[in-house]
Amino acid sequence: MRVLGISGSLRRDSYNTALLLAAQERFPAGVELELWDGLKAIPPYDEDDDTDRAPAAVAGLRAAIAAADAVLIATPEYNSSIPGHLKNALDWVSRPLAENPLRNKPAAVIGASTGAFGAVWAQAELRKVLGAIGARPIESELAVGHAPTRIEGRQLEESVTEGLDYVIGQIVAAVYEREATATRPLAA
Amino acid sequence: MPTNTPTFAPAGTWQLDPTHSTVSFGVPYLAGTFKGQFHDVEAKLEVTEQAATLSGVARVESVDVREENLNAHLQSPDFFDVERHPELRFTADRIDLDGDAVDVRGEIEIKGVTKQIEVTGTAIAPLTDGFGRERIGLALKTTVDRTDFGLNWNMDLPTGGKSLGNDVAIVAELYFVRA
Repeated sequence: MRVLGISGSLRRDSYNTALLLAAQERFPAGVELELWDGLKAIPPYDEDDDTDRAPAAVAGLRAAIAAADAVLIATPEYNSSIPGHLKNALDWVSRPLAENPLRNKPAAVIGASTGAFGAVWAQAELRKVLGAIGARPIESELAVGHAPTRIEGRQLEESVTEGLDYVIGQIVAAVYEREATATRPLAA
Repeated sequence: MPTNTPTFAPAGTWQLDPTHSTVSFGVPYLAGTFKGQFHDVEAKLEVTEQAATLSGVARVESVDVREENLNAHLQSPDFFDVERHPELRFTADRIDLDGDAVDVRGEIEIKGVTKQIEVTGTAIAPLTDGFGRERIGLALKTTVDRTDFGLNWNMDLPTGGKSLGNDVAIVAELYFVRA
């Protein structure tokens, strides 16, 4: 099983990226979490550029999602919502809607913020966007508020680790559920 | 006094004429009605001396609301979830006729949820077409609450309230040819 991790933060020492790095070590045996780091290279969406030969960074993201059984997105919150560059990348992935690689794919959202609320509004918005794209958003969330006091490098506060483990369990279960319930071959 | 279908339809198997039949739906949306239909539909009416049964399926991948992105959204887990539930199903084992008014009772399955349902409408008496085939028609309608079937998507309006209604009117105009 392969899960694609996407951090919505570009910052080198991002708490959201740290969550994904920690998650890499916590998925069960047989499940690989690949971190995709091409977000900064995704150009602004322009339908004129969305041709059969999409920009390389976009093609790379689409292929990475297509090759994964699920995605795990860690998002910060900018002005009560999703970072623009993350939304922009998902807009690229979503087109054309009927064929996009996220459709029917389990998608989990977690988030960290320096403030008290742990990017809960961005996470809710992101789940809505993923639903609109046709993914299967996983309802459980992990909102890590006051991140500087709870995340240090790859060391997480115990409650964060527990929350992360729960989300990881939900992702794995969702992939198995999809395989068990699909009435047609799963798209690659 | 209502009577059962065998009095209006000769015994036999009646197959749907898909070209002339439609299964459509309408749901309140903003200031109007959002309408669509399923193009790929199958149905069969079995009539014996004792009873009549009606069964049919509508394939979710054939849903058409005249906009390809909305078609795709309707097929996604937000709505019908075609990957898991590719068909809507309907079965009825009680069909009562009173004049040309028809009352059908059975079960409808949407997104894996099955509910008892009563459908009313009009029966079109048997006739013979220009090619010598016997035809009958059923024009049926009912209303279901989409949230009973797990189709819960909605969007808040800026001024309050929701953009999409829950009560979905389903209209089936079914024309059958005797096999």
